[in-house]
Amino acid sequence: MKPLQFVKTALLAAVLALAGCTAPALRGTGDLGVVIERASGTVQIVDTTQLKSIATVPGLGDLSHASLVYSRDGRYAYVFGRDGGLSKVDLLKGVVERRIIQAGNSIGGAVSQDGSLIAAQNYAPGGVKVFRADTLELLADVPAEYGAQGQRSKVVGLADAPGNRFVWSLFDAGEIWVGDFSDPRAPRIDKYRNAGREPYDGMITPDGRYYLAGLFGEDGMAMLDMWHPEKGLRRILDGYGKGQEKLPVYKMPHLRGWAVAGKYAYVPAIGRHEVLVVDTETWKEAGRIAVAGQPVFVMARPDGRQVWVNFAFPDNGSVQVIDVETRSIVKRLEPGRAVLHMEFTPRGESVWISARDDNRVVVYDTASFAQRVVLPAAAPSGIFFTTRAGRTGF
Amino acid sequence: MNPATCASTRRATSPQARRFNRISSRIIAALFMLAGAAAADCASAAEPATQPDAARRSELITLVRQDCGSCHGLTLKGGLGPALLPEALHDKPADSLKATILQGRPGTAMPPWRRFLTEAEADWIVTNLQKGFPSD
Repeated sequence: MKPLQFVKTALLAAVLALAGCTAPALRGTGDLGVVIERASGTVQIVDTTQLKSIATVPGLGDLSHASLVYSRDGRYAYVFGRDGGLSKVDLLKGVVERRIIQAGNSIGGAVSQDGSLIAAQNYAPGGVKVFRADTLELLADVPAEYGAQGQRSKVVGLADAPGNRFVWSLFDAGEIWVGDFSDPRAPRIDKYRNAGREPYDGMITPDGRYYLAGLFGEDGMAMLDMWHPEKGLRRILDGYGKGQEKLPVYKMPHLRGWAVAGKYAYVPAIGRHEVLVVDTETWKEAGRIAVAGQPVFVMARPDGRQVWVNFAFPDNGSVQVIDVETRSIVKRLEPGRAVLHMEFTPRGESVWISARDDNRVVVYDTASFAQRVVLPAAAPSGIFFTTRAGRTGF
Repeated sequence: MNPATCASTRRATSPQARRFNRISSRIIAALFMLAGAAAADCASAAEPATQPDAARRSELITLVRQDCGSCHGLTLKGGLGPALLPEALHDKPADSLKATILQGRPGTAMPPWRRFLTEAEADWIVTNLQKGFPSD
């Protein structure tokens, strides 16, 4: 009997070992991210520890100007496509779990404080739509109607705010709206008019208190204190161009909470090759830094020691690094042609940069500026890491 | 651009302005500016335009799809800027479109592309936008 028992034990061990091979390895998502491949309608799921791509997910439609937000558990990415597609991508399985077409022309979205709601900001038809995060069921549709004839405005600068609120700006109307979605099927909308001409994007500070809209049509920004919305809008950085003629802008800048490093916010000047430094206690200009072109993304490293800047066409082949103590450029990098986006790893030891026309993503060490790895990607644009899941305004 | 095209563009200005009269005074002002720009082009465009070669055409396709696409969308169906599809452009005067590309539209987000494009290249872009822009 003893030999037979041995065979049985061996067989059982073999079966268990095989089962172990086929079951997926358990893993977290905290070091994962998504790279948008804008021309092919695919996204890559990347591992920022292993420095590699772990999956490619197809079928996401028109991803020009695509952006995404994460579920609060960091497992799902909600990808907003230009074609109005809203896709829920499972990072662990590498599949599109759900997908709807929610508008004709969309530009991005936000996730509510409690993670239960996904809001989409749309150009056409202009407005904001709010969905259940789990099922993508439509809960609220808020058309961006303005003026006597009820025209529809394009919506830009959508951000989440504490209290399951969303804040957004109306490009054509020059207004800022705040929606309280505590009761998502019956939102309460407050409208702030005369925000200024052509808000192009908006951001909320990392603490969720101040919403800022950048203005394309005027030199300045509109600000709303979310603790005291009853005080109305305040204009900051008014007239920073000092009446000088603007340089042409070949790509609109982008704003997010990454602008804040320490007590200062670093924002792109419109039509000027400058980064403006704003004191977030007084909201007055504290300085300006000359850079190599029209800034598009001005992003603080998570520890706030450096601010990285990329540029609009035709200066979009380089990236500059500002040291915040000296407010000087300490490094200029050339990751490739048409640098579209940058994303820091959770604690900022590395930055991932997309170079669209060289079909690659370049990862740099942010202390030594050495290249860590170059990954192939088809016309990469946005890079989004799951750290965003826990941050207000992302 | 030949003189006959220029002349017909100038004659067309007034009916266009009438057609758009109902829309807004801003659009009318923009049209007059464009017509003026087109007329100025006529005066200086004496030498024949050379077509961009295959390599340059490929660069122009990337430029239009990717960089114009920042505002007008990769598929040119519009974004912050208006759609650039044939159905939106086919009845617009080619000279006005060309002037918009080269000189931009003051008072809007449309910048001038004169630094990066020759007259002939702008012509090529307009012609192709009006008939359906190539993908690659």
